[in-house]
Amino acid sequence: MNAVSQTSLQASAASFRARYEGLKERLGGDSIQRAEAADAFAHQGLPGPREEAWHYTALRPLTEVAFHEPVVLLSDCAAALAALPDLGMPRLVFVDGRFRADLSDAVTGATLRTGAPAFGPSVALGEKMVALNAMLAEDGAAITVAPGVDAGAVMLVSLGSDAHGVPVSFHPRHSVVLGAGARLTLVEVNGGTGVYFNNPVLVAEVAEDATLTHLRIQQEAAGAFHISTVLADVQARGTYDSFTLALGGRLSRVEVHAALLGEKAMAHLNAAQLLGGVQHSDFTTIVRHDAPATASRQTVKNVLTGRSKGVFQGKIEVARVAQKTDGYQMNQTLLLSGDAEIDSKPQLEIYADDVKCSHGATVGELDADQLFYLRSRGVPEAQARNILVRAFLSEALDPIEHEGARAAMEAAIAAWWERQA
Amino acid sequence: MLEIKALRAGIEDKEILRGIDLVVPTGEVHAIMGPNGSGKSTLSYVLSGREGYEVTGGSATFDGHELLEMEPEERAAAGVFLAFQYPVELPGVNNANFLRTALNAQRRARGEAELDAVQFLKMARAEIKRLSMADDMLKRNVNVGFSGGEKKRNEVLQMAILRPKLAILDETDSGLDIDALKIVADGVNALRGPDFSAVVITHYQRLLDHIVPDRVHVLANGRIIRSGGPELALELEAQGYAAVVAEAA
Repeated sequence: MNAVSQTSLQASAASFRARYEGLKERLGGDSIQRAEAADAFAHQGLPGPREEAWHYTALRPLTEVAFHEPVVLLSDCAAALAALPDLGMPRLVFVDGRFRADLSDAVTGATLRTGAPAFGPSVALGEKMVALNAMLAEDGAAITVAPGVDAGAVMLVSLGSDAHGVPVSFHPRHSVVLGAGARLTLVEVNGGTGVYFNNPVLVAEVAEDATLTHLRIQQEAAGAFHISTVLADVQARGTYDSFTLALGGRLSRVEVHAALLGEKAMAHLNAAQLLGGVQHSDFTTIVRHDAPATASRQTVKNVLTGRSKGVFQGKIEVARVAQKTDGYQMNQTLLLSGDAEIDSKPQLEIYADDVKCSHGATVGELDADQLFYLRSRGVPEAQARNILVRAFLSEALDPIEHEGARAAMEAAIAAWWERQA
Repeated sequence: MLEIKALRAGIEDKEILRGIDLVVPTGEVHAIMGPNGSGKSTLSYVLSGREGYEVTGGSATFDGHELLEMEPEERAAAGVFLAFQYPVELPGVNNANFLRTALNAQRRARGEAELDAVQFLKMARAEIKRLSMADDMLKRNVNVGFSGGEKKRNEVLQMAILRPKLAILDETDSGLDIDALKIVADGVNALRGPDFSAVVITHYQRLLDHIVPDRVHVLANGRIIRSGGPELALELEAQGYAAVVAEAA
């Protein structure tokens, strides 16, 4: 790392701290926890490329933009909302990180609280971007589902805007707490227009026998930055089942920390990253197997065109107590251009002796024989390529049980493909 | 009508076809037989437009189209179908969607109306029944987990649905048991008629008991060294290629 980027990281961190100093009297929530976050952020700053976890994703482009606090906007966001998939489920809409009750629906089967966040036990302030979030978090959705209740599905929408005249950053703090045996499907859509920085944190607590299905479409504006963190704790026989489709933003990182804390807890951390132009997108997972007979599954697919860069980092930690752990991780990349780049880093740390853990990574181009087979049957080349890309993604997409969400993802992928043509 | 004149082609610097002359009139089925390495598969790939083959001379026209100047999908839309010796697996691609996409792409290229899913399925199911194939053929991913025989049947099913004017069968009989062989032969025979022609490439005479050709050509060393009626296949079976090749040399 050179001195210039070090300075820009520090300057950028200083501007976030200055914002906190100006705002701290007005920010609600637990002021002590927030002060701790500010303290951690002051010591840690923003992550730099010298850190192993951030070696492949440099925040330099983000530090070159001065982000401001969003001013309150009361636009109806009609066009952006109309463009969202209609999945027949209640929507919770956040504009520039602020909850908009006037644009949102009532939630049934679950308790919803919005406003200044209660940080809860999973603060993880050692994570620099989580500390930044906790320092500046103004608003968020706290969803609680009582034991034994199936709360159906809820859509969590984030819209970023450039209506302020200056780039803004927002740091929403969401939480989902499922009681024993409860169920919820959370469909998260992140989008917007212009240049902004979305830095959300979602804390998920999945109790015994509960299932949280978390389906995400990250389709941020082409000039936007997105760095999100999920902290999911899963108790015995509980499941955190997630799929992330990342195809937006200029620079993005989706980081998921899943802790399997009770026997037979399970996590699915599947993802697809579709990138073009000069986009950079990073999917980073840390799965901690902390109890016996826990299982994790990760199928991560990347499709890269142009001069885009994709990153996948998958860490599986198996504690000594976590015998009979079953961990599976597969990362596959299609490079549709010679100038695109993928960095894939699997990491296994296993302290138990009776486990089944496997990982694999493949990188390739479209198969010439498959392409010729399709064309020999009359399918034009561009369409044949599209069919093969979709087929490549199907292994990650097919397990999505929510048909509406899966169709919305398919539509987002089709639109992405159109934009590349 | 397929008309090949003085066709020379190869891979990289290696010439494989050294001047092929062949005319297949509309409505006729011609067999091309020859020993391994004679250029049989190269001929089928050059005619269907696979990348990696360099044409160094000659021409191939089909119903007035300059085949060698067309993209593979244009050749397909013009009515040329290649049944692959080794059909390709397409994981994640449903067979019914694949066939409908291919059929509609061809129809669109020809300015014909496309078939909707219901029309397509009705037609495809009828073909499956006619060819005595299993119903789940359409639901599976293209050739994935298919046995060798099922893959070849799937080629025949595609041919039945796409209704080409010219079918090129590249050793479609290799690795088939007698029942599968009959299904393949029935598939070709069902299409025979005044508007259909076929080039059946095979190493063995066996397939020609079931698809009786109008003409048989012997390919050796990249040239057609002898042509004759169906009886030529029997002669080859009895005497072996060596004798015929030696006689022609």
